[in-house]
Amino acid sequence: MAEIKEDEEDARPPQISRDSSNKEKNSGRCVYINEGDRYPDLYCNNRVSNTKYNLWNFLPKNLWEQFGRFMNKYFLLIAILQLWPLITPVNPASTWGPLLLIFSVSACKEAWDDYNRYKLDKQANERMVWVVKKGVKTRIQAQDIHVGDIVWLREKDEVPCDMILLGSSDPQGVCYIETSTIDGETDLKTRVVPSPCIGLNSELLHKIKGIIECGYPDRDIRRLDANLRLFPPFIDTDYFPITVNNTLLQSCFIRNTEWACGVAVYTGNETKLGMSRGLPSPKLTAVDAMIDKLTGAIFVFQVVVVIILGFAGNAWKSTEADKLWYVHYPKAAPWYEFIVIPLRFELLCSIMIPISIKVSLDLAKSMYAKFIDWDLHMYDEKTDTPAVATNTAISEDLGQIEYILTDKTGTLTENLMLFKKCCIKGSCYGDSTRDAVKDPALLRALNENDPEVLKFLTVMAVCNTVVPSRSPNGSISYKAQSQDEEALVSAASHLRVVLLNKAANCVEVSVLGAVLEFDILDVLEFTSDRKKMSVIVRERQTGELKLLTKGADEAIFSSVHNDQQVRRVAEIVDQYSQMGLRTLCLAWRDIREEEYHDWSRKFKEASSSIVDREWKIAEVCVLMERNLELLGATAIEDKLQDGVAETIESLRDAGINFWMLTGDKQLTAAQIALSCNFVLPEPQGQLLYVQGATQSDVGASLERVLRTMQISSTEHKDVAFVIDGLALEFALKYYRQLFAEVASLCRTAICCRVTPSQKAQLVHLVKSWEFRTLAIGDGGNDVRMIQEAHVGVGISGREGLQAARAADYSLAKFRFLKRLILVHGRYSYNRSAFLSQYSIYKSLVLCFIQIFFSFVSGISGTSLFNSFSLMAYNVLYTSVPVMASVLDKDIDEKTVLQHPQILKYCQAGRLLNPSTFAGWFGRALFHGAVVFLITMHVYVNEKSEMEEVSLVALSGCIWLQAFVVALETSSFTTIQHIAIGGNLVAFYIFNLVASTVKWGGMYTIMFRICSQRAYWLTMLLIVGAGIGPIAALKFFRFFYRPSLINILQYRERRARVTEANATSSSSATSSGSTSSSQRAAQDEESSSVYQPLLLSTKDRTKRQ
Amino acid sequence: MSNDAASSSAGASAKPSRKPKYSKFTQQELPACKPLLTPGWVIAILMLVGAIFIPIGAIALLASNSVVEIVEQYETSCLPANITTKEARIRYIQDDTINKSCPVTLTVPKKMNNPVYVYYQLDHYYQNHRRYVKSRSDKQLLDGASTSNSDLDSCKPLKQFNNTPIIPCGLIAWSLFNDTYEFRRQNSAPIPVNKRGISWKSDRDHKFGSTVFPSNFPNNLNRNESNSAFIGGAGLNVSQPLSEAEDLIVWMRSAALPTFRKLWGKIETDLQAGEIISVNIANVYNTYEFGGKKKLVLSTTSWLGGKNNFLGIAYLTVGVLCIFLAIVFFLIHYKTPRPLGDTSYLSWNRKGNVNGLS
Repeated sequence: MAEIKEDEEDARPPQISRDSSNKEKNSGRCVYINEGDRYPDLYCNNRVSNTKYNLWNFLPKNLWEQFGRFMNKYFLLIAILQLWPLITPVNPASTWGPLLLIFSVSACKEAWDDYNRYKLDKQANERMVWVVKKGVKTRIQAQDIHVGDIVWLREKDEVPCDMILLGSSDPQGVCYIETSTIDGETDLKTRVVPSPCIGLNSELLHKIKGIIECGYPDRDIRRLDANLRLFPPFIDTDYFPITVNNTLLQSCFIRNTEWACGVAVYTGNETKLGMSRGLPSPKLTAVDAMIDKLTGAIFVFQVVVVIILGFAGNAWKSTEADKLWYVHYPKAAPWYEFIVIPLRFELLCSIMIPISIKVSLDLAKSMYAKFIDWDLHMYDEKTDTPAVATNTAISEDLGQIEYILTDKTGTLTENLMLFKKCCIKGSCYGDSTRDAVKDPALLRALNENDPEVLKFLTVMAVCNTVVPSRSPNGSISYKAQSQDEEALVSAASHLRVVLLNKAANCVEVSVLGAVLEFDILDVLEFTSDRKKMSVIVRERQTGELKLLTKGADEAIFSSVHNDQQVRRVAEIVDQYSQMGLRTLCLAWRDIREEEYHDWSRKFKEASSSIVDREWKIAEVCVLMERNLELLGATAIEDKLQDGVAETIESLRDAGINFWMLTGDKQLTAAQIALSCNFVLPEPQGQLLYVQGATQSDVGASLERVLRTMQISSTEHKDVAFVIDGLALEFALKYYRQLFAEVASLCRTAICCRVTPSQKAQLVHLVKSWEFRTLAIGDGGNDVRMIQEAHVGVGISGREGLQAARAADYSLAKFRFLKRLILVHGRYSYNRSAFLSQYSIYKSLVLCFIQIFFSFVSGISGTSLFNSFSLMAYNVLYTSVPVMASVLDKDIDEKTVLQHPQILKYCQAGRLLNPSTFAGWFGRALFHGAVVFLITMHVYVNEKSEMEEVSLVALSGCIWLQAFVVALETSSFTTIQHIAIGGNLVAFYIFNLVASTVKWGGMYTIMFRICSQRAYWLTMLLIVGAGIGPIAALKFFRFFYRPSLINILQYRERRARVTEANATSSSSATSSGSTSSSQRAAQDEESSSVYQPLLLSTKDRTKRQ
Repeated sequence: MSNDAASSSAGASAKPSRKPKYSKFTQQELPACKPLLTPGWVIAILMLVGAIFIPIGAIALLASNSVVEIVEQYETSCLPANITTKEARIRYIQDDTINKSCPVTLTVPKKMNNPVYVYYQLDHYYQNHRRYVKSRSDKQLLDGASTSNSDLDSCKPLKQFNNTPIIPCGLIAWSLFNDTYEFRRQNSAPIPVNKRGISWKSDRDHKFGSTVFPSNFPNNLNRNESNSAFIGGAGLNVSQPLSEAEDLIVWMRSAALPTFRKLWGKIETDLQAGEIISVNIANVYNTYEFGGKKKLVLSTTSWLGGKNNFLGIAYLTVGVLCIFLAIVFFLIHYKTPRPLGDTSYLSWNRKGNVNGLS
């Protein structure tokens, strides 16, 4: 373990010798208890402010934030340019209107959110609390609490600031709190009064004086390192270490405790919660990135067009326009004359990047998120948990996932631990038919008072953090944060070693009916780096000191004295692991009094350090946890969740690669991997192990694995590599390139014994190869990985909601992932791909018409369309039908789930990339030309009137849009029919109404053209000429170059037709209806649609 | 564990369930029709489109051909033979002292039923130029002198003359076309041309004020005066309100193309085939500076409007193409029929992964 910590060690600041003179320098703050006014200005008061703005800075700050985005800057620039009447082709209102609308909508939303935050803050700030200031108890508003004040709380009160507990109604100094507002976990947690303060009554607590040293405010809610020292007349102890167990953090609730009091150490926005506020930086999906890229390309194109037309316009002006006396160019031009025409074209082309694209995408995205929230197929009846899309903006990424990095416990498994087997001093109990607790051999040994068995069970019962709670009827239930511990304690109680009671530093255990009491002297807590926990106890009756330890096998084995014992246990542990069981080793040793004394001092010193406490404690713990006597091992079963194997198989078929990251040991992990279909069993599959304890070993092992893979890659073998945390550390540090090569050659990796930070590192690594990653996990140790990945999915399971809260999506069960990715991800991607390209396309059509028109209007930058049409085109006329495409389904959900391979289309980004976009660009050019040429050839001579021509061209565009959307829609629901047809009707109604406005430029125009037969013929011609070639091309492709999607579409249709035929024939022949419907069902079975397709898992070539 | 589950289920019964509500919309299960065309359908549709478009094209061509049209280009022929250079032409056209009437004879090719529309056609005339098309004040045309100064800003550079607002202001009104035509039959009986009702009624009623009279209009200056350089096109009758100045109203409907016809008047008698009509053109409008053409057009009209073969030809082309495509599809389809939706085309069932999911 020491090696693993290596790089952290390098980064560690030089140790400062801890004497009292420099204490104040390296610690963050000193809090004088009960002297809240000692430094009135040093620390902020307890005024909580979650608001982003106030009344005065709202407008500038909000605008500044909105203009931080490139697109908004662009729109603002255009809008400002339009204020110059000399260059603006249209009324500035046509840009300012939508722009202001969009900006004010998002500003209003922000303001509303902020106002609500303000209201909540106000409520929290003005809540009345009892506070002791300088020994006098007063009732003040929560916002007036200062650091050093003693705050008194009753049951159900919310904690107003971060405090260190000084007293509670419980005589043993325990206080229960609920922390759901901080970490989402609903179970009660215990907090204890620091031992110097235990037993102080409320009168004394009014007068208590002392000093607390604590670090600078930080956001880590799992840690608070401080020291407490009381002043005389209170017990003048030395510094007493304070941990998070002695604290009450802001916004927790006091439960089951009559009263509690504590001293405020962090207040206001400097509390743990206050520090961890702030929104995480938004994630950008691959689709968004592609859209940005395409928008950039359009911008470049626009600039090129502007430059060319600007030059041409200036040239035309100097050669031709001066002759046009009726245009009346002045002889002497102002200096900026040369820039006027290019700027005009810039404005004319500015609609190439439509404002509406962002709005419609955001709308669509929130629709996708809603569909996820609403999905009944992803609702877990048992836990009453629906799927929740916390992040509404990244659904498309779900469809482009290439790597899934998954946690094991609680994610793939139920996290429902059952004590199955154990091995005590070499003898194994429990077999495939019986759990260990029912094994007669064990019961017999128990009855014989076998000391080894009793030792073993005592460790099981004592060495943990489980809190027993006795219900009124006398039964004891256990609450634990770790499911393993709960399983162990329950098993021990079944074997009549019952954990009865646990107070602050005393444990009562009933061993075969006799109550033993242990004083807990120290708890050497579990950390994921140490991988073991110990307690030091003193047995009350005998006064013996003992160290009880449990932990991962290799962590225990390294500190055990008897190798003989180890070998036997290691064998058994391996056996257990091969069955996929979770193993823990138990050990203990007797401690001599003087040894404990020495060690205790060091431990105290380490645990009262404020800088790097955790690491220092670990160092000291090693001194104690040595020469252990190995008692045996336990094996706990964690059942796989339903449908995990099928889900993984489908997703692997969909081309998604799986990495399993787990804290379990190698064999257990490999076993689970096999049963989850991560790899095919031998001989089709092969597990390759990367091992080694030193740098060179790991290197050699990697080389070997790589060679094996290169050989087996020709055999289409399903290879996976297995690597453990230690080897991974070396691999990542010294052999990154080699590791990348190995990783790219196989679709599955199993990483065992990895720490949370390694999980996040691995996600980062896979991301660095430019793969879209999804991380899924359920526990607090997965949070970093979940936040690091492109898409984070949390399982809201037994380990609390921490992961689910940090995640973008939270699911109740792993199997819902299949639907989330294949159905929701895929549809979202397809829909956004269409929506974004279509949005640009429709604006381009209009823009191309304007550009063509400029060639017949003396390249002077005249706009063919009037301001109203330009504004309404994107906002009103074309936005509704395309929004209906959020309901479009190219193929049925059922088909997708049956043929997950189709997802590869989305992964490869085949629906939205520069070449598909080039298609849309070409289509825009073609449609622009069709509309322009037809309009300009039909409306010639006496018909050539600006307003009329403009409206004819516009309605030509609208007609084309209706048909383009219809052509690209695969499934028409009523909503789509209404949106597409209704939109067309609405266009006419709108323009007819606008044509009744006398002062408007469009007065009577729409009535006039609608009464012309030539107009309707023009529309028909535009549709025929515009849609015909595109439809023909589409059908030609569909028949002769069908995409995989097309094939599946056709198969679906065939299935529907056979179904329809079957039902119609069955209704016709009523007598044989049952038999024919049966036959239909058989047909369905036999028709290849429902046959699983042959699989040939091809390794995709990977981008490096 | 079991009591944990029990408590959660008990909690669920007490608390409202978080189960999403079922509706076809929320579950994305709305009944949908999925049109997916078979080759047969595509061929049928193409044939149908062809079958609709070709007759329409034919009818449109017929309508266009039923229109009788006489076009007389006169900007060069009406110049004295000795004037050849551009400068001379400009000098000629700007000299008010010269009588610029120009006799032209037209032969009616086919019988023209009344009303026969008289148009003037200008080529290379950019009424859609940005500077030009915006140079007007709709407000002033309706309200006249009461229009505020800032509303006239759009009229620049012809907003004011001698520091008083021009009515009607702007380049469009200023450049009003002013060639005139007199038609006579062979027997020198004049053919009356109705100049009333040639503009849009909505324009006369609601866009041009009946109480607005031209004033300070530079075109009404005398050529002899020193500031004659400010004269543009036609002058306006200062005693006639703008709503009655129909030539102006027609002119101010800017054309979208640099070639356009504007209605000049209506001949409300039939013109017989072979009849010779002599026209006396007052060729005074300056197109020589930019080399524009001027044409006089007499035309009847059909249900599709004036003579324009484009619609007919375009419909025929699209229709024929559709039929052609239908035949091509048909041939391909029956020569090499492909079973649609064949699993063997699914690339993951093929060894070589041909269809490119790379």
